[in-house]
Amino acid sequence: MKKKSLNNILPLGIILALLALWETVCRVFAIPDFFLPTPSSIARALAGNLPLLLKHTTATFYAVVAGLALAMVVAVALALTMDRWPLAKRALYPPLVISQAVPIFALAPIILIWLGVDLKPKIAVVALVCFFPLAINLVEGLEQVNPEALDLMQVMQAGPGFIFQSVLLPAVMPYFFSGLKISATYSVMGAIIGEWLGGSTGLGVYMTRSMYSFKTDHMFAAILIVVVLSLALFKLAGFLAWLFMPWERVQSKE
Amino acid sequence: MEPKRLVLSKISSSYYSEDRKLAVLNRVSLDVKAGEFVSLLGPSGSGKSTILKIAAGLLKPDRGRVFANGREVTGAVKVGYMPQQDLLLPWKTLLENCALPLLAEGKPRAESHRRVEKLLPVFGLAGFEGYYPGQLSGGMKQRAALLRTVLIDSNLMLLDEPFAALDTITRENLQEWMMSILHRFNRSVLFVTHSIDEAIYLSDRIYMISDRPGRIVTELMVGLPRPRSRTVVTSSRFLNYKQELMGALAGA
Repeated sequence: MKKKSLNNILPLGIILALLALWETVCRVFAIPDFFLPTPSSIARALAGNLPLLLKHTTATFYAVVAGLALAMVVAVALALTMDRWPLAKRALYPPLVISQAVPIFALAPIILIWLGVDLKPKIAVVALVCFFPLAINLVEGLEQVNPEALDLMQVMQAGPGFIFQSVLLPAVMPYFFSGLKISATYSVMGAIIGEWLGGSTGLGVYMTRSMYSFKTDHMFAAILIVVVLSLALFKLAGFLAWLFMPWERVQSKE
Repeated sequence: MEPKRLVLSKISSSYYSEDRKLAVLNRVSLDVKAGEFVSLLGPSGSGKSTILKIAAGLLKPDRGRVFANGREVTGAVKVGYMPQQDLLLPWKTLLENCALPLLAEGKPRAESHRRVEKLLPVFGLAGFEGYYPGQLSGGMKQRAALLRTVLIDSNLMLLDEPFAALDTITRENLQEWMMSILHRFNRSVLFVTHSIDEAIYLSDRIYMISDRPGRIVTELMVGLPRPRSRTVVTSSRFLNYKQELMGALAGA
């Protein structure tokens, strides 16, 4: 019990110590705020701009949610197709990997040209970043389905719908959720990149504007929100995994 | 003459490994009559599991024909097939796992669960219906898998080394218990094992199968009266059978 509380306190203590060190260094060497703002001035920027930051955060959040949803639909469709037809797997795997090999920074402007500067390109960038970990994990999950379990379904003369919901779906769930954890962490980054290049709202837009007016403390405030948002989405993915896979809970308890 | 539940006629099977054709079964013929307990005894890798898969219609033989209940088998047939691993789905509770065959038939959930619940005490599983397989012991998992297999609506059961992974004590308990269960449900059984003792103790008839490519080496009628008690394994008749089978295995 004691050890556990120590495990929680230690990282928190290290973070606080680093912040204190940061504050002290900035003050002692009189580092200008536009170069490296102190944690306290970042906190002030955050508190003073809360309504505006909230508006931009909401815009980013919408893009993230929509992009993640789109990524899930695309990933599930791709994975099912690739699992059903081996030829499709062989044909689709290389372009899938290539789509991830091209840096998103290079692709984003092209997507902007194609889809305009509104919400659409942001959603597209998020989806592009997020669908890959999901699709790859799902394909692998479907490959790992125990063929003997499917044999068993055959001798029970179970229909395809029954097989899907009682064997395939639960079997791929752990793979889906570990993909989702990665995707959820990337998703905010995707939205920010989309926003850097255009648009009128979003944390990315806010960051660019702060940068052009040398309000570095505002930039840091936005970065802080990005970090918190990414962490929250990661935790949410973990919670969903916990919620939808009750059997994993009891097993880990044993 | 009792009707034949299962007939395999001159089955040959093979598979490809790195472009080389490996023969698994060589003209295997066997049958299981109504109410009969038949064992397939042989060394591991002799294609015993392949025979069960072919009998269940899960695998197509290269040559030969299969009949279940007088009908030729072309695709998967509804049969009480129990694969080597217990294969309880880890995401379903014991109750849900056992109810699978009924649900697959389209029976309503409540009715299926009631039927399983009624059988749980018979299988020594009462009170564990809400447990996930990961929380059950090896013996309990095998009993649950057997309950599920019994609920597959068929008069024929194909059991693939159901006790192989268990310790000796659990294994002997389950053997005895299974005999009483099968008597109660009046099923015909084709039972795969690599244990000579297990085969003699459980069977009415034994097919001994050779190393790969598997072929039937000998067929033995076990005339030990039923019900059999554990002590039968020390009787001279039991030991004679054992000697005969060991000799056949050595000569194979």
